[in-house]
Amino acid sequence: MKKLSARRRHPLAAVVVLLLALAATGGLYAAFAPADKAQADETAQSLAIDEGKKLYAVGCASCHGTGGQGTSDGPSLVGVGAAAVDFQVGTGRMPAQQPGAQVPRKKVIYNQAQIDQLAAYVASLGAGPSVPNDKQYNPEGADIGKGGELFRSNCAQCHNFTGEGGALTHGKFAPTLEDVDPKHIYEAMQTGPQNMPSFPDTTMPEKEKKDIIAYLDAVNGDKTASPGGLKLGGLGPVSEGLFAWIFGLGALIAVAVWVAARTAKAKKS
Amino acid sequence: MSDNASNTRKAPAGERVADWADGRLGIYSLAKANMRKIFPDHWSFMLGEICLYSFIIIILTGVYLTLFFHPSMNEVEYAGSYVPLQGQLMSEAFNSTMHISFEVRGGLLIRQIHHWAALIFVAAMLVHMMRVFFTGAFRKPREVNWLFGFLLLVLGMFTGFTGYSLPDDLLSGTGVRFMQGAVLSVPIVGTYLSMFLFGGEFPGGDFVARFYSVHILLLPGIMMGLLVAHLILVFYHKHTQFAGPGRTNKNVVGMPLLPVYMAKAGGFFFLVFGVISVVAAIATINPIWAIGPYRPDQVSTGAQPDWYMGFSEGLIRVMPGWEINLWGHTLVLGVFIPLVIFPLVLAAIAVYPFIESWVTGDKREHHILDRPRNAPTRTAFGVAWLTWYSVLLVGGGNDLWATHFHLSINSITWFVRIAFFVAPVLAFVITKRICLGLQRRDKEKVLHGRESGIIKRLPHGEFIEVHEPLNQEQLHTLTAHEQYKPLELGPEVDENGVARKLPRSEKLRAKLSKGYYGEDNQIPKPTAEEYKEITSGHGHH
Repeated sequence: MKKLSARRRHPLAAVVVLLLALAATGGLYAAFAPADKAQADETAQSLAIDEGKKLYAVGCASCHGTGGQGTSDGPSLVGVGAAAVDFQVGTGRMPAQQPGAQVPRKKVIYNQAQIDQLAAYVASLGAGPSVPNDKQYNPEGADIGKGGELFRSNCAQCHNFTGEGGALTHGKFAPTLEDVDPKHIYEAMQTGPQNMPSFPDTTMPEKEKKDIIAYLDAVNGDKTASPGGLKLGGLGPVSEGLFAWIFGLGALIAVAVWVAARTAKAKKS
Repeated sequence: MSDNASNTRKAPAGERVADWADGRLGIYSLAKANMRKIFPDHWSFMLGEICLYSFIIIILTGVYLTLFFHPSMNEVEYAGSYVPLQGQLMSEAFNSTMHISFEVRGGLLIRQIHHWAALIFVAAMLVHMMRVFFTGAFRKPREVNWLFGFLLLVLGMFTGFTGYSLPDDLLSGTGVRFMQGAVLSVPIVGTYLSMFLFGGEFPGGDFVARFYSVHILLLPGIMMGLLVAHLILVFYHKHTQFAGPGRTNKNVVGMPLLPVYMAKAGGFFFLVFGVISVVAAIATINPIWAIGPYRPDQVSTGAQPDWYMGFSEGLIRVMPGWEINLWGHTLVLGVFIPLVIFPLVLAAIAVYPFIESWVTGDKREHHILDRPRNAPTRTAFGVAWLTWYSVLLVGGGNDLWATHFHLSINSITWFVRIAFFVAPVLAFVITKRICLGLQRRDKEKVLHGRESGIIKRLPHGEFIEVHEPLNQEQLHTLTAHEQYKPLELGPEVDENGVARKLPRSEKLRAKLSKGYYGEDNQIPKPTAEEYKEITSGHGHH
């Protein structure tokens, strides 16, 4: 004890105390924080809204305001609807890690039940598009060819021919659509997240959205075959040019060096 | 009589065929003169061969593709085996390319070999050209061949452009639209030119057929002629060689064309074919099925041309969108200025040999190559040009730089705008310093030998590193280059004390010459006296 008190005036003492305090609060929070499964099987709508409100207060309110009215750090959530929440939180974009040109997709930190509760709460703030059901976004039976045409007309200018993504101004970007859940693609079209324009049913009927999802599933899904070999990112001539220089011409120059090194030496007489 | 009969019977078949041919074609003297032609051995001398062989591969595969391709823009409904396009309307050109890719046996592989070989062809031409440039192989008597080579590069670029535009897919269609936009930006005649090229409004129904005849007949025909001329001149001038003992401006040291070089070159052809086929077998190029058929109302992000047109894309992407509106007419400077700079970028490197020969005033023949370091100004200019070119390539791919390095596309564009002017200058200065540094090192090596890494302690306690003297061969190679003296303008006044009138061009030439060969612009190579003095001493530095 004497040793400790002797160092209480040490310049780093304050830092040590702060670290201890943070560890203690964090540890206590972890111990007492509501466990996941507690809310899992609640079904009543009002209950979901209540639970969602609690989750909201912890994870979202700092940017979107305590009542979803929005602040200078985040837009108002009144009227964005459950679909927007399901997309933003379900793809890990929200809660955002840091402000920036665009919030990227990352690890999802809420489970689906919590996302539903958050969605229920946000939906209660004002009417907006609801989460689509499986029948709406299931690609089965949709017209892939038509979907391709729609995709090239409406989506490719930002997301590239087959949805590999592309750049927008000032560090913003259209993300790749590889490995995106059909539900989330549907919701993105419906709600127009971040820099994307929205395509509500009035401009793009449900069937067309389904066609687009089916097209993406066919050309950029798990089962998409690449008949020509390596896709090289599907990015077009830039990656092809790089490949031609490095692996094509690079290999040929290596071969040339090899051939030139193996010369028939004239015998010295 | 019987003797004669037995003689004819005894002559081997090969000889008889050769005799027969010689009697009619006179090939014996031709063969005698050329079959023992000597080719020096160096890997960089094979870069041109890569170009030649990939060109042959392109022609062979191209012929196969013409058997199945329909250069027509008639609209058809796709009914092939690729599901995501079934039922889509497309031009017959696109449809037949789909057919080649999915139904024709070996079609996709041949298509990919054709396209990969094209990318590699142009890349190899550029590298070959840079080899010629940096070693000074373009000097007299090879200036004309330099121009032939340059023309081949430019024609190769445009043959490539007309070729990848043929499938009429969404990507290449965007490229054609880009080109049409550039044509439209030409003041006064732009609209007429565009109408003439496309037979009316873009896209019309003609351009695929027109591009087709340009791509498979006109441009390759001219290229073939130039290529033959290029090779004939290589034979006529004989190949250049690097300096070395026994190699002079009057001889060529190497292997005879037949049999050694022919065997090597023949084998190398198959190696090139093999490498390109492997590349084509493992990696997709221009997947038109994923890109979709062209429709003027559609566009995709990441719409770049093939790499050799990338610098023009860069020019247009970073150019501010200036325009002038006068009396109801628009002058689209944002497109027209890049269109003007585009040929200038290429011309800058093409005319360099003539500028250099004007500055040096050297009218002698050169068959011994320079080491790049021994021509610092030329090397620096070449690196500056390559830097300029690369900066434009970065500009052409600015969106992919942005997404892959998490940067803002606007910052990249601004970087390219500034680097367009600054980077070549920096590259010039830095390269020149590096070259001079290397020259100093060569001098050091010649005079004091190679650092052996062995430290010796002298009796009085001093530590020195033991230097190993170079052998005679190495000494020769390091000092074989010749050093020019800067041009002197002579006295400012003539013998009567009257100021001499010097043409401005002469003054400029003297200034440039000083920049090339002045005091700080080349390190005087060690003289024999210096060498003797140092080596005759006690190894003391």
